[in-house]
Amino acid sequence: MNAPIVVAGAAMAGLRAAEQLRAAGWTGPITLVGSEPHMPYNRPPLSKEVLAGKASFDSLAFRPRPDVHDVRWRLGTTVVRADLDRQVVELDDGETLPYRGLVVATGMRPRRLPCPGPVPGRHTVRTLDDARGLREALTRPGVRVVVVGAGFIGCEVAATAIALGAAEVTVVDPMPLPMAGPLGELLAGALLGRHEQRGIRFALGTGVTAFHGDDRVTGVALADGRVLAADVVVESVGSAANTEWFEGNGLDLSDGVLTDEHLRVGGRPEVIAVGDVARFPNARYDGVPRRVEHWSIPTDTAKHAAKVLTAHLTGTDAGLAPFAPLPTFWSDQHDFRLQSFGAPALGKDDVRVLDGDLDGDVLVGYHHADRLVGVVALGGRAAAAAAARYRAELLKQPSLIA
Amino acid sequence: MQVVVDMNKCQDHGQCVFAAPDVFRFDDEGRLAHVAAPDESLRAEVEEAADVCPLQAIRIED
Ligand SMILES: Cc1cc2nc3c(=O)[nH]c(=O)nc-3n(C[C@H](O)[C@H](O)[C@H](O)COP(=O)(O)OP(=O)(O)OC[C@H]3O[C@@H](n4cnc5c(N)ncnc54)[C@H](O)[C@@H]3O)c2cc1C
Repeated sequence: MNAPIVVAGAAMAGLRAAEQLRAAGWTGPITLVGSEPHMPYNRPPLSKEVLAGKASFDSLAFRPRPDVHDVRWRLGTTVVRADLDRQVVELDDGETLPYRGLVVATGMRPRRLPCPGPVPGRHTVRTLDDARGLREALTRPGVRVVVVGAGFIGCEVAATAIALGAAEVTVVDPMPLPMAGPLGELLAGALLGRHEQRGIRFALGTGVTAFHGDDRVTGVALADGRVLAADVVVESVGSAANTEWFEGNGLDLSDGVLTDEHLRVGGRPEVIAVGDVARFPNARYDGVPRRVEHWSIPTDTAKHAAKVLTAHLTGTDAGLAPFAPLPTFWSDQHDFRLQSFGAPALGKDDVRVLDGDLDGDVLVGYHHADRLVGVVALGGRAAAAAAARYRAELLKQPSLIA
Repeated sequence: MQVVVDMNKCQDHGQCVFAAPDVFRFDDEGRLAHVAAPDESLRAEVEEAADVCPLQAIRIED
């Protein structure tokens, strides 16, 4: 059978999967199917340099490794169904594609608020086209911007908007602090102060109930009764996994695609999941399956899963220990960077400043049962370098379940 | 194998230093330094370094 490995989703994770399949020795055909019309491109600059006008849209494209020159690209095409028993996927142009191996790399889309009110004037930031539209809206003189959601994308967009000269930027979130989920209170408090010093306003501990305006947004109504005037609204309230096409196969799709410790799906050795959409156990920590929406994850998952799939298809043994990546994450906001290594969210009950102080460059350690499980730096280059020095120590720590 | 780094793009993430410590390092002033023509045996390491650069600033030329 000369059926290809089909990769559903042709963004970062899909590209890395194709490259890593070649690196693992798969010489057979590979077909990548992707909804977006663009070749795979880098998303982090969309809320930073691209939105700020410091990087061109063209500079975002990934440079594929030379050994994937022969893969088939089906861009602007969506996978609408998968039948894992028959080993076929169906495309929106009516074609049925048999596969020998299937890679799930369909990622996430932004969640939208279910509140009543007009839609024009409301933006999300996930794709190149989203960023283009938002940049145009933010560069109109005197705009008042409301960012809903104080997660990392919301904080980045707020910082970029104020730098672009927006008249007002307000961030709304039901939580009491920005990025409190991943960072914990100590560092989230420091982050709040830095944003406020640079002119960002916050409406915290309250949610959005409605959008005001007739044919476009003019204001945002909050649960505490206030109404914030707004010309531009950015919804950055989390994301939902693109798994509808994968339904009907009796799998757990409650939050992304559940995998085993080798990123295999539904007990089928010919189906793997990679990137943001994969919910995998991390043997480095507690073995609980989680999705990880960090830039490093498409590459890490692709590397492991491609070896596993290639070994299966070629009848060899991958001989790999369970997947155990060290999560790493960064975020650029104003003139500072957050740099994280490990899993700070697992050590938020025991947080200590390891270096520096909360008003300047600071390095914070997160512990679980007296063991260091994560570090986050906030500040300039020196802080990020200090965090990097702890990386080796985090890599040496034994598993929490060992 | 020639390794080219676009220093206008580099933002000191250091991911290349973790991926390929034999080829990339930070010098005493904290600036990225690299071996321009590393041994062919280091190719896999350098490819990984290019993959993990968030700015896509590393290029391999044969
Ligand atoms: C604005 C922004 C800023 C970010 N900044 C940072 C940062 O600073 N640091 C950091 O660590 N991480 C950051 N990230 C996260 C990082 O970019 C993601 O983790 C990464 O892009 C995930 O890649 P992916 O390929 O798994 O998923 P995605 O990028 O979501 O790609 C999935 C692709 O699949 C396609 N698709 C979906 N359904 C189908 C279907 N049925 N058929 C065919 N194709 C389909 C989609 O169109 C999409 O192209 C940022 C993300 C965003 C959006």
